[in-house]
Amino acid sequence: MTKALPSVSRPAQPGFAAFDEPRHSLLIDGDGEPDFGAIQTSEDFRALKRRVTRFIIPATLLFLTWYITFVLLSAYAAGFMSTPLFGTVNVGLTMGFLQIVTTVIITMAYARYSKKRLDPQVEKVRALAETDEELA
Amino acid sequence: MTGANTAINLSVFGIFVLLTLYIVYRASTRNVSASDYYAAGSSFTGTQNGIALSGDFLSAASFLGISGAIAVNGYDGFMYSIGWVVAWLIGLMLISERLRNTGRFTMGDVMAFRMRQRPVRAAAANATLVISLFYMIAQMAGAGGLMALLLDVHSAVGQAIIIAVVGIVMVLYVLVGGMKGTTWVQIIKAVMLILCVTLMTIFLIGKFGFDVSAMLDRATQKSPLGEAVLSPGVKYGGSGLSKIDFISLALALLLGTASLPHVLMRFYTVPNAREARKSVVWATWMVAIFYSCTLVIGFGAMALVGTEKITSAPGGENSAAPLLAFQVGGTVLLGIVCAVAFATILAVVAGLTLTASASFAHDVYANVIKHGEADPRDEVRVARITAVCVGVLAIVGGIAANGQNVAFLVALAFALAASANLPTLLYSMFWKRFNTRGTLWSMYGGLTSCVLLIAFSPAISGSKSSVFPDADFAFFPLSNPGIVAIPLSFLAGFLGTILSKEPADPAKQSEMEVRGLTGIGSGLR
Repeated sequence: MTKALPSVSRPAQPGFAAFDEPRHSLLIDGDGEPDFGAIQTSEDFRALKRRVTRFIIPATLLFLTWYITFVLLSAYAAGFMSTPLFGTVNVGLTMGFLQIVTTVIITMAYARYSKKRLDPQVEKVRALAETDEELA
Repeated sequence: MTGANTAINLSVFGIFVLLTLYIVYRASTRNVSASDYYAAGSSFTGTQNGIALSGDFLSAASFLGISGAIAVNGYDGFMYSIGWVVAWLIGLMLISERLRNTGRFTMGDVMAFRMRQRPVRAAAANATLVISLFYMIAQMAGAGGLMALLLDVHSAVGQAIIIAVVGIVMVLYVLVGGMKGTTWVQIIKAVMLILCVTLMTIFLIGKFGFDVSAMLDRATQKSPLGEAVLSPGVKYGGSGLSKIDFISLALALLLGTASLPHVLMRFYTVPNAREARKSVVWATWMVAIFYSCTLVIGFGAMALVGTEKITSAPGGENSAAPLLAFQVGGTVLLGIVCAVAFATILAVVAGLTLTASASFAHDVYANVIKHGEADPRDEVRVARITAVCVGVLAIVGGIAANGQNVAFLVALAFALAASANLPTLLYSMFWKRFNTRGTLWSMYGGLTSCVLLIAFSPAISGSKSSVFPDADFAFFPLSNPGIVAIPLSFLAGFLGTILSKEPADPAKQSEMEVRGLTGIGSGLR
């Protein structure tokens, strides 16, 4: 629900803030609601979006390709998958177990990335639109 | 396996039910508002909810069905484990945080966020009810089979009574405890289940001198298939068609997990997106440990019990884990394993009942019938009545499906979830132009095509293992419809959107995107 009223917001720009201005540039519309359109186009939000996609797109493509490769090899390259590796443990079983390992690795990597790179940026964007509702 | 055994099983199980009912009762004293009933007041931490998530997800199908599938089919059974672990990455990176930030109680909240409310919410509720019932019937059928083995109840009437008892206890959990009570049941059960499988695994590997290769070697000797059980293709390698069936199953497992309504609803029990993410991290660890263990338990059962003994046991494939427990730990371990398996069924079914009742009360009653102006108390009352109705339906369905392969039935529920929900969720979160018609087309398109394909598949008729083995109306050759229904649903959503003249609401889209990533406007901190 963006209002027709011009908002008291301005795009977040680095530097040159006058002393008598509020500490945050408030992207809030006339009714004190967050101005989502303005937030969406703000530099801070776009930076957040870039950071999100920079991780999730490659990571998603990676695990999808790895999983589908495993499934297709299991279906159409049974001979290769049954090549023994260690004793009776074959390529297929090892690859399957590695799927579990990579899942845990990607999960931990994402958790770490979010904590270091996403959460601080989320806080920055949120600061643009601290409303009474959230301060309460 | 009768006599004293039955007494041990019953008492372990009885203690679990009494203990959990007590906890549910204690947890529920202030269980009055809609938020308490549906989302436990969003008061759980990420860690607690993560354990509960794994509890909700690790069903009887996982424990009994997968260890059995591995014990009988070897490699091809292992496929389930892999799919169900990898699938959590979709939940982690694409769904959990955005869902927590945009919705309140149900999946319908998110899907209807920037669409016309009533039709979309009705569609979301329909999908939730169909998927939950399917999943529940599978679990109840598992309960019947388990009892056949545990308590030596072989008569159809006896098993039907047991299924009815499971149904009544789970409805009690939901009515008394709401989401808070149900979550505690999940936590207790998940911890019991993980402890049980981990200890069994360590013991089994120890028995083979911590040499997995030696265990597999022994397993191949005890299987009529020999070396072939370690390679793909035992179950799905026969023809070109069965290979496609295998791929279809793998797709449904991957894409269904993060779109199961009861998994989605769990993300609302935590206060914010960070905790939702933490939930998935915990759940992933639990699930990864669990499925690594099922591999050892499955091949261990093959090595120590033998495939033939498992397939000829009263519960069929589903009896592999209990039989193995009996072999290595006698009646006491059997009693414990069975009680854990039973607790699992009970908890999962309770979670599903809660989800189905919430979806009906919140989406259909409050938003479709009352136009979003229902009294919250009435809404909760409707939810409770729905829980009872859903319970009755599940009992009837469970009795009818008694004896079916549990993991297999559950895989169908995953195909339904993947085709009805996932395309809609992804489009509404990531595609600006997506609109109401697109939403309806992708949900109903996915749901109906999936239901129809299941109805005309070999799962229902035309083969010895079908629900109706004597009839034959199986026009569709694959037993899992995922590979057809999921792309169809994506296509339907795309076509519905571009063929509709109604533009997407850009203001709502901005709000959803900003709110989804940051939580601004959600009131969450």
